Amino acid sequence: MSEKKKLTDSPVWITMISISFGLIFGAIILLIIGYNPLTAFTVILKGIFSKPKYISWTVIYATPIILTGLSVAFAFKTGLFNIGAEGQYIVGAITAALAGYFISLPPILHIPLVLILSIGAGAFWGSISGYLKAKYEVNEVISTIMLNWVALYLNNFIVLHDKVKREGSEATNKVLDSAQLIFANTWKTSEAGISWRKVHPFFGDILRTPANGGFLIAVGAAIVVLIILNKTTLGYSLKAVGINREAAEFGGINVPSNIVSAMAISGGLAGLAGAVQVLGFTREASALAASEGYGFEGITVALIGANNPIGCVLAGLLYGAMKYGGSKIQPAIGAPYEIISIIMGMIVLFISMPKLIKTLKLKKKEDK
Amino acid sequence: MKKLSILFTAMLALMVVSCNKPKEAAAPAEEPKQVEKTVSVTMVTDVGGVNDQSFNQSAWEGLQKAKADFGIDVSYKESKQNADYAPNMEIALDSDNDLIWGIGFMMADAIMEAAQNNPDQKYAIIDNAYENTPENVVGVVFEAEQCSYLVGYIAGRMTQTGKVGFIGGIEFFLIQEFEYGFKAGVKQAGADIEVLSQYAESFSDAAKGKSIANSMYQQGADIIFHAAGGVGNGLIEAAKEQGKWAIGVDRDQSSLAPENVLTSAMKRVDNGIYNLSKDLADGKFPGGKTVSYGLAENGVGIAPTSSKHVPADILAEVEKLEEMIIDGAFVVPNTAETVEAYTPVEL
Repeated sequence: MSEKKKLTDSPVWITMISISFGLIFGAIILLIIGYNPLTAFTVILKGIFSKPKYISWTVIYATPIILTGLSVAFAFKTGLFNIGAEGQYIVGAITAALAGYFISLPPILHIPLVLILSIGAGAFWGSISGYLKAKYEVNEVISTIMLNWVALYLNNFIVLHDKVKREGSEATNKVLDSAQLIFANTWKTSEAGISWRKVHPFFGDILRTPANGGFLIAVGAAIVVLIILNKTTLGYSLKAVGINREAAEFGGINVPSNIVSAMAISGGLAGLAGAVQVLGFTREASALAASEGYGFEGITVALIGANNPIGCVLAGLLYGAMKYGGSKIQPAIGAPYEIISIIMGMIVLFISMPKLIKTLKLKKKEDK
Repeated sequence: MKKLSILFTAMLALMVVSCNKPKEAAAPAEEPKQVEKTVSVTMVTDVGGVNDQSFNQSAWEGLQKAKADFGIDVSYKESKQNADYAPNMEIALDSDNDLIWGIGFMMADAIMEAAQNNPDQKYAIIDNAYENTPENVVGVVFEAEQCSYLVGYIAGRMTQTGKVGFIGGIEFFLIQEFEYGFKAGVKQAGADIEVLSQYAESFSDAAKGKSIANSMYQQGADIIFHAAGGVGNGLIEAAKEQGKWAIGVDRDQSSLAPENVLTSAMKRVDNGIYNLSKDLADGKFPGGKTVSYGLAENGVGIAPTSSKHVPADILAEVEKLEEMIIDGAFVVPNTAETVEAYTPVEL
């Protein structure tokens, strides 16, 4: 019995309950507005799993938000609320688009170089907020939100510059083949590739999508974050600052420099998200009329993943699946796509009230 | 937990009860192709979404009208991010449609790629002309300079201060056509009328639209035209507060401020969609071409509510200009050079 009790107290349990509540809430809304929730969920599930290419799309959708989720989660672990993953993502993406087009190198060097530059750009963007907080006590929530706008307009300024813009478009030139992460990108449209794809329907179907190495990079990043947080001195001091700033300072930890490093690492992860999206999928950065929301979705992913790196990977996959599969209910049954945002929002709402779920559990004990 | 489980059971029961039409659950992707089924047309919106008060909404209205008039199946798929275009094309393809629309030039690459990968599927795109249009694609463009010219003429004739304004969204050829058409129209009304022109670098930032509009009104402009999507809502708000004139775009925007919207330069995306969908249903799909809709095809025009504020004599002149454009008496300028070279025509 004691083991079971432990299980029901764990954050995993609360997350599972919250996800179920979110789905039930979504079902109720669907009922109210006159759609059959079972039909809707069938469409969503089929839309995610019924073909290999759907699974591939789900993973592609999940990849950037896993990384922005890691970014936000890392900042949370160190006591910071990084709302700026959006802006850090944008600078990472534009850096990748520029470095992927203007530098030419063999792939083995080009890809790592672009990734490092993007991580650097994101880290720089994040560390501005970190520095302002460490030096002048500027709340990072405010400074990161403001920097999101700076990043957005900086991106548009660069993209629309004559030397950068692709003729007749609102985007940069496509990154060179040596910088992209898409599996077999040139081979799969060649004659050999097309005939191979006919013989191997499973992989052939996957290759219809821009399946890419981004997901592996995201998982790798999650493992690196896990190691930094749990196995290194840096991680220990970062977490110590997060848990209790004064105590950490008293214990001899340099708090200001830790805040800057924490924001830099967090920003670097979001910058990596931008790079992976550009190199693995869009191959360009475009002028943005408004934020695309990858950073904000990262906040949801971090919350659902309970700020745990592995949790972020799973939560990112869940969100990616809901985003991709959920978008299919509109053409199929006419239900609005916004229902997915409602479901994700409700999940986060339930997760942020663990007490409610615990209270429900206590009631059960009393009932007995 | 008891309460919880009661809740759960209740929900499940509700869902099962409501599930009285299980046949609808079939995924459209796997449905076998029926012989002689009704024509189905779907559209993929750009990131503006289907309720953008502008061309996506207009496009959907066009499809709905087509559905009502000749019974085709219609559906739409919204894009939330630029990265959604390619997968949305794929989803539209899987749901077995006769024609897939991409609404807006932002989808040009996605449509081109999808069309090359799926030569048997028909595609059409709004606001984009490809250099080499594949056989299964139709580009639909609108001669926006023509309606902009007409509202420019109205603005030029009605200004009291000798100054009018233009607010653009993001500066590129599609929006510049509005600007140059407008400038040419103003020039037609009077060579010494000044046009203040500014781009907001956004299609959604209404606050910025308002501040640009306020500064233009302060500089002495009394009529401002916009081609800036949501930014224009800020202009119309400023016009309302200051009691000045605004000119709407894309749809008849008079309803947003009936006393302050002088007229609107309408780009009839709905007509474009409607006409081409009709061609498709009649088996006359003009694949491999770019179709251009201007005044003659009722693809652009000024709002029907214009007569409310614009005096009848000016409207009569506008009508005359309209006829001359349709007859080809002169070509409305759509670049900086041609506006410079434009000499007003004899009315």
